[in-house]
Amino acid sequence: MAKGLLGIEDLDRAELEKILERARFFQPQKNQSFHRLDTLRGQMVVNLFFEASTRTRSSFEIAARRLGAETLSITASGSSVSKGESLVDTLNTLVAMRPSAIVMRHSASGAPHFLARHLSTPIVNAGDGTHEHPTQALLDARTILDRCGRLEGLRVAIIGDVAHSRVARSNIYLLSKFGVDLVLCGPPSLAPRGMCDMAPRVSIEYDIRRAISGADVIMMLRVQLERQHEACMPPGEYFQFYGLRLEHLELAAPDVIVMHPGPINRGREISSEVADSQRSMILNQVENGIAVRMAVLERVLSQ
Amino acid sequence: MKLWIRNGRVLDPASGLDAIADVLTDDEGRIVAVGTDIEASGAEEIDASRLIVAPGFIDIHVHLREPGFEHAETIETGSAAAAAGGFTTICCMPNTAPVNDSATVTTYIVERARRHAAVNVFPIGAITKGSAGSELAAIPSMVAAGAVAISDDGRPVMNSRIMRRAMETARALDIPVIDHCEDLNLSEGGDMHECLESLKLGLRGIPSAAEDVMVARDIILAELTGARYHVAHISTRNAVAMVAFAKSKGLAVSAETTPHHIALDTKCMPPYDSNYKMKPPLRSPEDAGAVVEGIVSGAVDVIATDHAPHAGDDKMQEFEKCPFGILGLETALPIALEVLVHPGRVSLMRMVELFTTEPAKVIGFEGPTERARLAPGLPADITIFDPERRWRYDVNQSCSKSRNSPFNGREFRGGPVATIVAGRPVWRVNGF
Repeated sequence: MAKGLLGIEDLDRAELEKILERARFFQPQKNQSFHRLDTLRGQMVVNLFFEASTRTRSSFEIAARRLGAETLSITASGSSVSKGESLVDTLNTLVAMRPSAIVMRHSASGAPHFLARHLSTPIVNAGDGTHEHPTQALLDARTILDRCGRLEGLRVAIIGDVAHSRVARSNIYLLSKFGVDLVLCGPPSLAPRGMCDMAPRVSIEYDIRRAISGADVIMMLRVQLERQHEACMPPGEYFQFYGLRLEHLELAAPDVIVMHPGPINRGREISSEVADSQRSMILNQVENGIAVRMAVLERVLSQ
Repeated sequence: MKLWIRNGRVLDPASGLDAIADVLTDDEGRIVAVGTDIEASGAEEIDASRLIVAPGFIDIHVHLREPGFEHAETIETGSAAAAAGGFTTICCMPNTAPVNDSATVTTYIVERARRHAAVNVFPIGAITKGSAGSELAAIPSMVAAGAVAISDDGRPVMNSRIMRRAMETARALDIPVIDHCEDLNLSEGGDMHECLESLKLGLRGIPSAAEDVMVARDIILAELTGARYHVAHISTRNAVAMVAFAKSKGLAVSAETTPHHIALDTKCMPPYDSNYKMKPPLRSPEDAGAVVEGIVSGAVDVIATDHAPHAGDDKMQEFEKCPFGILGLETALPIALEVLVHPGRVSLMRMVELFTTEPAKVIGFEGPTERARLAPGLPADITIFDPERRWRYDVNQSCSKSRNSPFNGREFRGGPVATIVAGRPVWRVNGF
């Protein structure tokens, strides 16, 4: 299998540390604009997005360009995929154009893993179904590190539709490798009990107050409208029981930070007061996304 | 053509015979004699020394895909795969296009099989029209045309009242009802067994409960109606326990399992490999163990393959888009040897029963269709196999049209050597 980044689960802590450390190097210094590097000059990164995405796609594009690579972005609508071409055929066609790497988002869990078995071009997983979103977990970890200075021993609450969240899965794998205590919280149908066996130090709570109590980090997940029926509760009730509001923050550690992979649904899973508060790291996460993706692309593409 | 099969170890569960003996067949394709000191002139000799000679194997659960999906399999290619797996008789499920829910389709399959099949083919009719679950199919006319059982395999009847009526009809016709036990509401959207692995892979789970709930319902309806009820591809420990309970109550309940549900489990699935995607899904190691225990204890009666060919294009997709099902005919016997016989879980004779007398009992092959017995006057359907032969399964050499097998490249100890249908050798292993 070609060198790529399919998920966090199979990476060890040392490898993750290397990427996170390298990402720090790519973070912009205060009042300093980016230099364009030429680490990846002459290389082409194809962004292949079978699912709508603004932030992840542009983040990968910017990251690749800042490293001097050429980029090409393809979205499913308007590509041959919408004309009924199979995934394998689409990828083979792209590979014939000899890209250096393919950054891929797909609605099916395991789609990049399936392709990686058949292609020699490295694939970077930009989110596969309800499985993994490795660069999101890396940028989240980078953001926590920037703010808290460590991961070990922190208490992190992940709240929302954990069952269908690739962000949650990648974060669970990453954070538990660093000795974080994880609390998952959501309605029972969206936070199945079995998930606490996914990694060490993971527990489940169905009461948001207990989940948040003493938390150093609160990660809110996006409520996916198409999954609403599986929550078995109407949206208003969802916000009442699982939405994050200002009053909750008093239960958490004094300098708690609030994160969200975006895009946020104000008033659905998070109140505007929290989203716009000093506690909110949402924009820092976006900023770190570029640095982390530069580190990932460099790792995947430099010899 | 007369055959004189010499010096084999003849295993005939029906008579209890386990001895080195000869089997002689006549020009009409019937068995003439089984024993030693057989007088045979003008017969073609087959040297079966060090080999097992058994009644022809029967697989009561295969998908031949004809009519409608001939790009994946045909009656000709599927029956050739059956022959290569040591099977002389197969029963094909009705989920073709059109669905086998009428005498017309049943007759079509019977006629195509008569002309093109390497082995005996008996169709299984649908329970409901189009297997849509709402209205009973033309069951009596299908039976008159040659259907030997009914099943809505793959699209189980969710409506319990319809299932009750189907069982009553089947009882009157003296045919079994075979159910693919899956509560479609519980399994909706599922791609693999619901367990830690499915959570980790981000794949939707099919809980064991989806099978258990239906087995429970069906057993209750079998008691209500007195029907002969057969659980297809049993895969969970609870389902096995419920079948054992039903048998202890004296109900006419039987169960089959597949080779893959005893040889594989969720722990040996390569992530997102569609050759491991089938229904019911591969279950936990504990479930697979319970199914093996069920075979040992007699709760599970039959091994059937659920041979389910799919064209390469259909299987070369994202895991959640791929159709369910894998090939099975050519690897069933070696897997049964590997999982059951070589580790000493069941005797060779019992394994032969699982492939012969037991499935014959489930279907009710008797009178003019009697088989699974090496007795003078019966059709000479004979399976010759070598329990020790070392070989490697290469799916690209398969007689099937499709290639979807998780056992590709697997090293086996033991396998079929020759398959004889009505006195005619229809398949021999290379070099025999």
